[in-house]
Amino acid sequence: MSIVDVIRGGNEPQQGLKPRSEITARELLREVGAVLRMSEAEVAKLGDLPVDPSEDQTMVINMGPQHPSTHGVLRLMLELQGETVLRCKPIIGYLHTGMEKTGEQLTYMQGGTNVTRMDYLSPLNNELVFSLAVEQLLGIENDIPERAVWMRMLLSELNRMSSHLLFLATNGMDIGAVSMMIYGWREREEVLRFFQKVTGLRMNHNFIRPGGVAADLPDGWRDDVLHLLDMIPPRLEEYDILMTGQPIWRDRLQGVGVITAQEATALGATGPILRSTGVPWDLRRDMPYLRYPEVEFDVVVGSYGDAFDRYAIRLNEIRESIRIVHQILDRMPSGDYRIQNKKVTPPPRARIDESMEALIHHFKIFTEGFKVPEGEVYVAIESPRGEIGCYIASDGSSTPYRMHVRAPSFVNIQCLPHMMRGGLVADAVAVISSVDPVLGEVDR
Amino acid sequence: MSEVTSPEPGTAPEPSVLYGVPLSDSRGQRVLHPTRDGYIALLRTLLDETFTMCADLTAVDYLLHMGRALPEGIAAERFEVVVNLLSIERRERIRLRVQVPESDASIASAFDLYPGAEAMEREVFDMFGIAFTDHPDLTRILMPEDWEGHPLRKDDDPSRIPVQFTADFSKRASS
Repeated sequence: MSIVDVIRGGNEPQQGLKPRSEITARELLREVGAVLRMSEAEVAKLGDLPVDPSEDQTMVINMGPQHPSTHGVLRLMLELQGETVLRCKPIIGYLHTGMEKTGEQLTYMQGGTNVTRMDYLSPLNNELVFSLAVEQLLGIENDIPERAVWMRMLLSELNRMSSHLLFLATNGMDIGAVSMMIYGWREREEVLRFFQKVTGLRMNHNFIRPGGVAADLPDGWRDDVLHLLDMIPPRLEEYDILMTGQPIWRDRLQGVGVITAQEATALGATGPILRSTGVPWDLRRDMPYLRYPEVEFDVVVGSYGDAFDRYAIRLNEIRESIRIVHQILDRMPSGDYRIQNKKVTPPPRARIDESMEALIHHFKIFTEGFKVPEGEVYVAIESPRGEIGCYIASDGSSTPYRMHVRAPSFVNIQCLPHMMRGGLVADAVAVISSVDPVLGEVDR
Repeated sequence: MSEVTSPEPGTAPEPSVLYGVPLSDSRGQRVLHPTRDGYIALLRTLLDETFTMCADLTAVDYLLHMGRALPEGIAAERFEVVVNLLSIERRERIRLRVQVPESDASIASAFDLYPGAEAMEREVFDMFGIAFTDHPDLTRILMPEDWEGHPLRKDDDPSRIPVQFTADFSKRASS
């Protein structure tokens, strides 16, 4: 049986990597990562690589959909010559559950429960971008109480820390530093324990809602946060000893999966991938939201655009987040934690017992939801993985007419073919890991 | 304590033009309304105007909401392709809304100008059935290959999908 038959016999031959004899030049160029505007010289250079070997010298393999280093059900079809990756095609959709369609059925009040499950490693950022979009449609974005805004910042930064800690864990495991996996999960769990205390849930909180947050911070929250801030920095120093300075770690990551600033921009990559190329682009600083202009932090950038830079950026972003959280602790104002706007805020629990109107109001808000004026809006914030955007088109009813989430991982995995080309299979694992995709968000 | 106010009907915004294309304002965000033919030309202009990143590309099926507000001279069609561009240099965003008729649901691909739009265009094709001409690999991306229909279209009927329930729901509905 020839390789062509093997590929054709597989599931979903259209979406998969096709044999070279069957694809157009244009498609091939895309699959070898030459999708960018290249100069003549660069195109000529592609000819030097073993581009067109006959098919009995190459091998097409499936990595995934179930593979420990693909971070979920991501399937990569790789064309290999020996151990060199010639072509790569990410095939996605295994986790698709129609969340954008579901979002059209849920009211704006319920929408948070849906979006929080997309990027399950930074649920609070998902809720935040959805809430900001709804608030902008309602025109109440400037009326959110200060305490709610600073609480959102606190949670968003702690979430960035927990997400990056998990990245350190999985990145360590993918490269072979298995003890790092345990350490990363351990520290992340400490952060999640705080989330559980505040929101009631470790993940998928539905805590940040249009109009504010769901509840006030619990008693003793400041001590809990201070405990986290005392505990994590020394652990980061340990990671530095364990990994950053290690020659084996450096050899595995440096110069692997290189991408330039122009390529990253053209492919739409954001977050640590774009910053690793030296572009100082962080929406928290460049298109500020919440009260980020009032806190001091540095945007960490790399210089080589390789997997090591992406690792180092995330490690140091944890330190920057700690810096921000310290400032948030100093400035956390007192006051209301949600907007006192009868239209979007349910009445306080005590009022329901004594007032019929409050009961009706409560009932209507939780069954019908609130109506949002006609219009459409796109709001983007910096999630741990890059720009997460929410596009909502409203027709004036209490459910979004269309709710679309621009998922950073979905766009970022387009870089994979480009980063992997010409590298080794073992490096492919390091590349996937350094892109840090969350498949729940890729497939939605 | 401000009450939520919806914009007063009848107060049409000043007709303004940017890059030769009708411009509107949506909650403080700039929105351009190019025609389908002028779409690629406008993208090329914007690319030269330092809008080097295609942050997002999606579509909306306005089948149930055809009376939406559009600037004068733009005829509402069923589909709308929505493109969000980002200029890193100027720290600006701009949005494009292109009307795509149901009878000929196709539009030129932005792939040659913004390679990053590739997966997003595939997603729009998958979800709305809008074809992107000259796209290098226009196949379904999220749904299975043998899927029929386009799930995010408003007239797509989710209940036609066969499920393994044995209960006869039609009987219950009629009784």
